Amino acid sequence: MRTCLEIRNVTKEFPGVLANDHVNLQLRDGEIHAILGENGAGKSTLMKIIYGLYQADSGSVSLYGQEMHFTSPRQAIQAGIGMVHQHFMLIPALTAAENIVLGGEPGKVHYRRKENEEMVRQLSKQYHLEIDPSVKVSDLTVGLQQRVEILKVFYRKAKVLILDEPTALLTPQEVEELIGVMERLRLQGIPIIFISHKLDEVKKVSDRVTVMRAGRTVATVETNQTTPQELANLMVGREVVLQVAKPPQEPGSVVLRVDGLVVVQGHAERVKGVTFEVRRGEIFGLAGIDGNGQFELVEAITGLLPAKSGRIVFKGRDITKTSVHRRTAAGISYIPQDRQADGLILDFQLAENFVLRDFTRPPFAKAGQLQMGAITHHAERLSESFDVRPRRIHSLAGNLSGGNQQKVILAREVSRDPELLIAAQPTRGLDVGAIQFIHDKLLDLRREGKAVLLVSLELEEIMSLSDRIGVIHDGRLMAILPGGHVTREQLGLLMTGVNPEKEG
Amino acid sequence: MFWHILSQPELWAATLAMATPLALPALGGTFSERSGVTNIAMEGIMLIGAFFGVYFAYLTNNAWLGLVGALVAGALISLIFAWITVSIGANQVVVGMGINIFAAGLTTFMLNTIFGYGGTPPSIPHLPNLNIPGLSRIPFVGPALGQQNVVVYIMLLLVLAGHYFLFHTNLGLRLRAVGENPQAADTAGLNVWNLRYLGVIIGGILSSLGGVYLSLGLLNSFEPNMSSGRGYIALAAMIFGKWTPLGSLGAALLFGFATALSIYLKGTPHVSTNIVQMLPYALTILALTGLVGRSTMPAADGTPYDPRK
Ligand SMILES: Nc1ncnc2c1ncn2[C@@H]1O[C@H](COP(=O)(O)OP(=O)(O)OP(=O)(O)O)[C@@H](O)[C@H]1O
Ligand SMILES: [Mg+2]
Repeated sequence: MRTCLEIRNVTKEFPGVLANDHVNLQLRDGEIHAILGENGAGKSTLMKIIYGLYQADSGSVSLYGQEMHFTSPRQAIQAGIGMVHQHFMLIPALTAAENIVLGGEPGKVHYRRKENEEMVRQLSKQYHLEIDPSVKVSDLTVGLQQRVEILKVFYRKAKVLILDEPTALLTPQEVEELIGVMERLRLQGIPIIFISHKLDEVKKVSDRVTVMRAGRTVATVETNQTTPQELANLMVGREVVLQVAKPPQEPGSVVLRVDGLVVVQGHAERVKGVTFEVRRGEIFGLAGIDGNGQFELVEAITGLLPAKSGRIVFKGRDITKTSVHRRTAAGISYIPQDRQADGLILDFQLAENFVLRDFTRPPFAKAGQLQMGAITHHAERLSESFDVRPRRIHSLAGNLSGGNQQKVILAREVSRDPELLIAAQPTRGLDVGAIQFIHDKLLDLRREGKAVLLVSLELEEIMSLSDRIGVIHDGRLMAILPGGHVTREQLGLLMTGVNPEKEG
Repeated sequence: MFWHILSQPELWAATLAMATPLALPALGGTFSERSGVTNIAMEGIMLIGAFFGVYFAYLTNNAWLGLVGALVAGALISLIFAWITVSIGANQVVVGMGINIFAAGLTTFMLNTIFGYGGTPPSIPHLPNLNIPGLSRIPFVGPALGQQNVVVYIMLLLVLAGHYFLFHTNLGLRLRAVGENPQAADTAGLNVWNLRYLGVIIGGILSSLGGVYLSLGLLNSFEPNMSSGRGYIALAAMIFGKWTPLGSLGAALLFGFATALSIYLKGTPHVSTNIVQMLPYALTILALTGLVGRSTMPAADGTPYDPRK
């Protein structure tokens, strides 16, 4: 088989970080080539070099034997390369259709709104990634934004595809569809680089896997001659345990009570009267398909969205009308699902991001003055104990890899010693080692008698961690089940709105 | 009395005439800021346009050639603005302010060296007023619409064209894209720098047309600082108009109306002139505080693009 893309000895250094260190990679025609690696291993950096967003310090990228020197994505696109970016490259103020055709609009002068929207509708049907083309991207959930981001490259009909964590936000069904599409493209001879942290996906779809560690490519193996365990070990460089150990434990008193909560966003009622409790020493998992109101529910509890009716009671006090700041100070921590938009200030240093919630209070501020010593010390301690890499507390949060950004948020929220931690998609885009780490932290909180509300689109995660599971569908809680005894199928049915018990 | 004033066709004719030198730079600012470059240099670019219009009309003895010269001068000064802000990435507000000060100094200096202290000669050709019979025969609005300077009609056409360009063409979509999220635009294969140059230069040309209207359309001469803050009021009109051509025109008409009203009321004994003259400015502040509501500023307005971040 012909070699389509060849990367030879590519090296890229950021101030103080060797992101790519003599990387070698060969992509053959018509293969799906997975790249695995811990957070910060340098996967996205390599892809951005191929796509012309970054320039390598040394080394070469060749396409069908010809050396390429892209200085902008425009040239890469012209050469037939398409890329789905890990952190979406979307324009919130424009519609889905406008985002998709941007840069390759049909026609000369006039923007053909109707035709473009119709075409995008067809495209989204064809790839089973349903979206409404006329809706502004800012009004879409992140899951739907992910679809738009993927449709963008399919629209361009690239000859080489780079998919940087395209499945991080898709539902299991959508992942299936996407894998189907990838297999069809493979039949057409289109080579695909596929980055994912999910070993089962990698195992299922790829022909070969390259593992990266600390900026280097450590191994390339045939997928059918390896095991998930071996891949995990290669990635991390040590033995990894792929299972969660959760000792049984009696929950304590009620920390959070949500009572008949109704939340309206835009003009639509997103949460339609939800009631549940979370108790000390318990992890309450909220399962549901994206867009069924789970994140609006969470934002109402944290105070980011107003409640239309119903009550939120925290430690016996009604906080339905309390400000976000007060709720935070009272002991609610929150890991938002969109780490870049809501979790971090990307243009601030790590040290500053670590104290975002508490910088007005001692020891980080005294008499209205920031205590830089205390802030620095805090940051050093946290990046040490949460293994944030690289350990440079004065670099900008935006320069960290996605997984390490997530660790910063986790560190900040957990270290506040909260009574209640609300974790929305806490392991989105994390490598197996980091997921294990975060799961351990959540279980630590549980052991310490804290309450955890876990919202996740990953059924595995919900099932392995939760003491009780609430299933949300169309803004309503379908059922609350004990964690130990449910099956995927049970949850799956409830998530789509079918209640087997009620309907017999 | 109020209704009596409002029913005067002259008031409405003056409204349109006063709105034109606001609408043009506001439209120009809209183009620039939609592409992501904050532009407060409209005031200075108007002065450049006003002066070079007169200068070239004087040299060629032709108002139209004066207009062309002014637009070229406006394009050149905004090319410099674009180079410093887009390519070098300097702070856009600071550079814009610099251009304003530079333009005021340059035009005054050139006025004195070229024309002496007596000012521009009275013989300068000027841009014609039109009398469009079809329009002027319409009752009531006819006199306001039908007999205006040619630039007023050009302005109306440009606003419509600008609206079409920004919201109904592929290029307009691209221009807005780089003003919202330059990195996303870059990864979609757009040339962020070229598009921003385009936005800034269109903005400069439109602003200098506003200046030409003052010097060759309304007054027939150039006077130091004759834009007298219109570039800044245009900035307010642009914001009030939510960075859209039609909105900018609407806001400019409102400010133009206030100005026209103040001119009109000056002669009447009942109202204090001071209060009347305050009207346009009071309206500006009012517009910018209460009435605008949630700002819909282009998301990347004011931030230079650095692909490595
Ligand atoms: N623009 C930048 N400036 C400085 N450092 C950067 C920049 N981009 C990436 N890095 C650093 O380079 C390293 C590799 O990052 P990269 O984003 O390629 O990791 P990744 O393998 O994609 O990780 P993840 O799985 O978390 O997405 C990280 O240590 C990161 O902090
Ligand atoms: Mg990455």
